Amino acid sequence: MIWKIFLFLLLAFVSIAGIGFPIVEKPSAWYEFPLIPGLEENAKIIFFHVPTAWLTVIAFFMSTIYSFKYLRKKNLDDDVKSYAAAQLGMIFCILATVTGAVWAKFAWGSYWSWDPRQTSIFALLLIYGAWFALRSSIESEEKRATLSSVYSMIAFVTVPFFIFVMPRIMSGLHPGSADDSNAGPVVDFKMNGNMQLIFFLSLIGFTILYFWMWNVGYRSILVREKLNKQLIRG
Amino acid sequence: MNSKSYSLFLKDFKSELRTRYAINALAMFIIVAISVILFSVGNEKISASLTGGLFWVVIFFTAMSGLSRAFVSEEERGTALTLQLIAAPSTVFSGKLIFNIILVFAMNTVIAVLYSAMFEAFVIQNFALFLTSFVFGNIGLAVSSTIIAAIIAKAGAKGTLYPVLSFPILLPLILTSVQLTLFAIDGISFERAKFELAIVVSYDVIMLTASYMLFDFIWKE
Repeated sequence: MIWKIFLFLLLAFVSIAGIGFPIVEKPSAWYEFPLIPGLEENAKIIFFHVPTAWLTVIAFFMSTIYSFKYLRKKNLDDDVKSYAAAQLGMIFCILATVTGAVWAKFAWGSYWSWDPRQTSIFALLLIYGAWFALRSSIESEEKRATLSSVYSMIAFVTVPFFIFVMPRIMSGLHPGSADDSNAGPVVDFKMNGNMQLIFFLSLIGFTILYFWMWNVGYRSILVREKLNKQLIRG
Repeated sequence: MNSKSYSLFLKDFKSELRTRYAINALAMFIIVAISVILFSVGNEKISASLTGGLFWVVIFFTAMSGLSRAFVSEEERGTALTLQLIAAPSTVFSGKLIFNIILVFAMNTVIAVLYSAMFEAFVIQNFALFLTSFVFGNIGLAVSSTIIAAIIAKAGAKGTLYPVLSFPILLPLILTSVQLTLFAIDGISFERAKFELAIVVSYDVIMLTASYMLFDFIWKE
């Protein structure tokens, strides 16, 4: 119970600080953020965009790890854990895409420009979408668990291509364009101490939130399945 | 590749020659897809780089229309259980893979010939580069679509699900192949396309390994 209050306070503080603290040219007080050239007020979205993108990746990894575990042990609980992680991953993936598009609108001038990172998050959305479509098409529990586990393993081996390879390919597609992120202000941003502190607090807070939600999510699915079985047995 | 997987391939090949289902469907789909593009282009002059991209659009959708047959037909005819009894999973996969690779090569050669006849802008300057990327791209396409076809067949032959599941898996291959085709159109040398070729080859190797490792789980389901 105590850590839930702590989490609430942490996230409340991060939200208030992330949105409310002013950005000034020369920060002197502890609650002032530095002005980053090229980003200005847009910089604040970093407290919410980066954690969602980070959790998308964490959820995807966890979903794959539990899929792998299912294939080895054939324990249906692992499949439920994988499913709960993917559900959250989908939510955070949509959030990361939307916050990223909003940020891109103000930093690069358009919501969507097929930047390498945008392409990779789009591919991740497609993978999640296909995964849920596959799951919903199969009736039998074991079959669904096996086939979706195999699919998530196959999808997982393509991820290095999106993370390491696409940036080189995509920059070749539109060289020297205005929305080329490699030269933009996003990569070499400079944060001062208090900005970094709130950034990492936000990362920690959202990660704890994710693990809590995941825990509640998979346990509720397990309880529901147990009740369903009791109902069938009469 | 042992003799069992070869005889499995021969079985598929003969039954395909008897019904000609996949060949007919693929041939008609190629004509339909190319004529749709021709109609939508109309009298417009399209650039060479656009034809390179559209070339892979035709290849992707044609592959999605016919390549799932390899496993779906076994489930439809109820012969999957017999196959499970007489052959090891990797043998079955090898047989199906050989069949699909040959199908993909035949299909893409027809597409390439028809396409270059129909689109004047589609002129390959560096033919050796195009051929290399074409060969490795085809292998990658065949491997990924075979393993997804196995999943689809077990999921109850949902035809609409096939392109949905395949697209994210094929995306790295298609993006790189489009890039390589553009290089070949522009006449860029092998030296400068080295990185892209390496991506396609590593994609093939990774997909082949993952498919052989994971096929057991699908097949025994």
